[in-house]
Amino acid sequence: MSGVSAAARPAIAHGMRLQWEPAQEAHVLLYPEGMVKLNGSAGAIMSRCDGVRTVADIVADLERTYGAADLTADVAAFVELALERRWLELRE
Amino acid sequence: MSVGSPPKMAPGVGPPLWLLLELTYRCPLHCVFCYNPTDFAAVGAELPASEWIRVLREARALGAVQLGLSGGEPLARDDLEPIVAEAHALGFYVNLITSGVGMTEERIGALKHAGLDHIQLSFQDSTRELNDFLSSTRTFELKAKVAELIRRYDYPMVLNVVLHRLNIDHVGEILAMAERMGAQYVELANTQYYGWAWLNRAHLLPSRAQLARAEEVTRAFRERLGAKMQIYFVVPDYFETRPKACMNGLGTVFLAIAPDGMALPCHAARMLPGLEFPNVREHDVRSIWYDSAAFNHFRGEAWMKEPCRSCPERQRDFGGCRCQAYLLTGDAANADPVCDLSPHHHLVTAAVAEAERGGAAGASALLFRDHRISIAVEPGRGAPSAR
Repeated sequence: MSGVSAAARPAIAHGMRLQWEPAQEAHVLLYPEGMVKLNGSAGAIMSRCDGVRTVADIVADLERTYGAADLTADVAAFVELALERRWLELRE
Repeated sequence: MSVGSPPKMAPGVGPPLWLLLELTYRCPLHCVFCYNPTDFAAVGAELPASEWIRVLREARALGAVQLGLSGGEPLARDDLEPIVAEAHALGFYVNLITSGVGMTEERIGALKHAGLDHIQLSFQDSTRELNDFLSSTRTFELKAKVAELIRRYDYPMVLNVVLHRLNIDHVGEILAMAERMGAQYVELANTQYYGWAWLNRAHLLPSRAQLARAEEVTRAFRERLGAKMQIYFVVPDYFETRPKACMNGLGTVFLAIAPDGMALPCHAARMLPGLEFPNVREHDVRSIWYDSAAFNHFRGEAWMKEPCRSCPERQRDFGGCRCQAYLLTGDAANADPVCDLSPHHHLVTAAVAEAERGGAAGASALLFRDHRISIAVEPGRGAPSAR
């Protein structure tokens, strides 16, 4: 398991904005003079990072929504990467 | 794991994801490296806010999402706030690109309220003397105050400093200033030679040694500060042997609207001869982007000449910059002479060699961006003579 705790509450980082763009059929992350187009799974995770839900909540929600099992490691790995890139930050 | 990528053009023509509105060519500064057209004084009346708002709606409907508001100095327009408010309501990420002149606590409060996402503040140098000399104004202290306002209003601190021969040796001091101000992003943008910078090239192009020192200083700051202060160092392309993929190819993601409503695939493209750029006063954004001859002209590869036409790298750099090709060779369809495969590459190496010999010695006077000079200079290719 990775360094991100299941009890952590990730949120979109300060100064970043996540939104769904119909023209690109994707979630995009917007920041000063830049934009990242997220793939489907990254968008699904990021759109649940509201600073309220824990990583465990997000995993449970995704498993329910997509009828999948064992997403914990994938979600944790993505959250870690997104923290490193400062797309996400953790809320206490 | 591949989770994200810069937006790429779809097969065919994608939407203009990045919209730049140059709200005005008016500017209280007189920067010697300004990329505005040298004949800006001859450009017609500015669009009223109602027209800018229509452009925002039409572009957003096509999928535009990153919005730059620049100029000139966008704060010179007293109707900036309603334009920002509409852009925000439409779902744009709104960037204000400003010298800071005209920013007050009242205005930054109103802009925040209107939904402005980000302010990029430009400095000309780390010292009051050179900042004020290069912009031909007394603005250094004012800019420092604006930086403080930006922090207080909880904006990310994004500084932009245009580098050139006259200030590149101050990169260490510039970065130290940025660190003191709590900058999160610093763009050290070496001058690109268009507009006023083109006229002043002999004064502005640095030597290789200057460039190497600046890169070394930047590397040391990056190492020490890591992600706390992200530094973008934009290399002057004259020192490269392959051209930049300018605008990711004209007409693929970027749409600029000039103060008079002229729609351009690059903010410098107004000078390109033989193209009739459409105006938003007469056409809607959709037909401009997808149907106009000017926007379709440099799409794809049909316009290319040799050596680009058969070059295996043509899909990587799209032949480089059309404006640079025009300025240096007189033909916008030529390969960007930055490329060492271009038969005109010697024009670039000659300019670099001149910079090695000491640059401005014997050159014409440094020209400050100025209304009177703008009336006097002839539009088009104008100055440099390192041929």
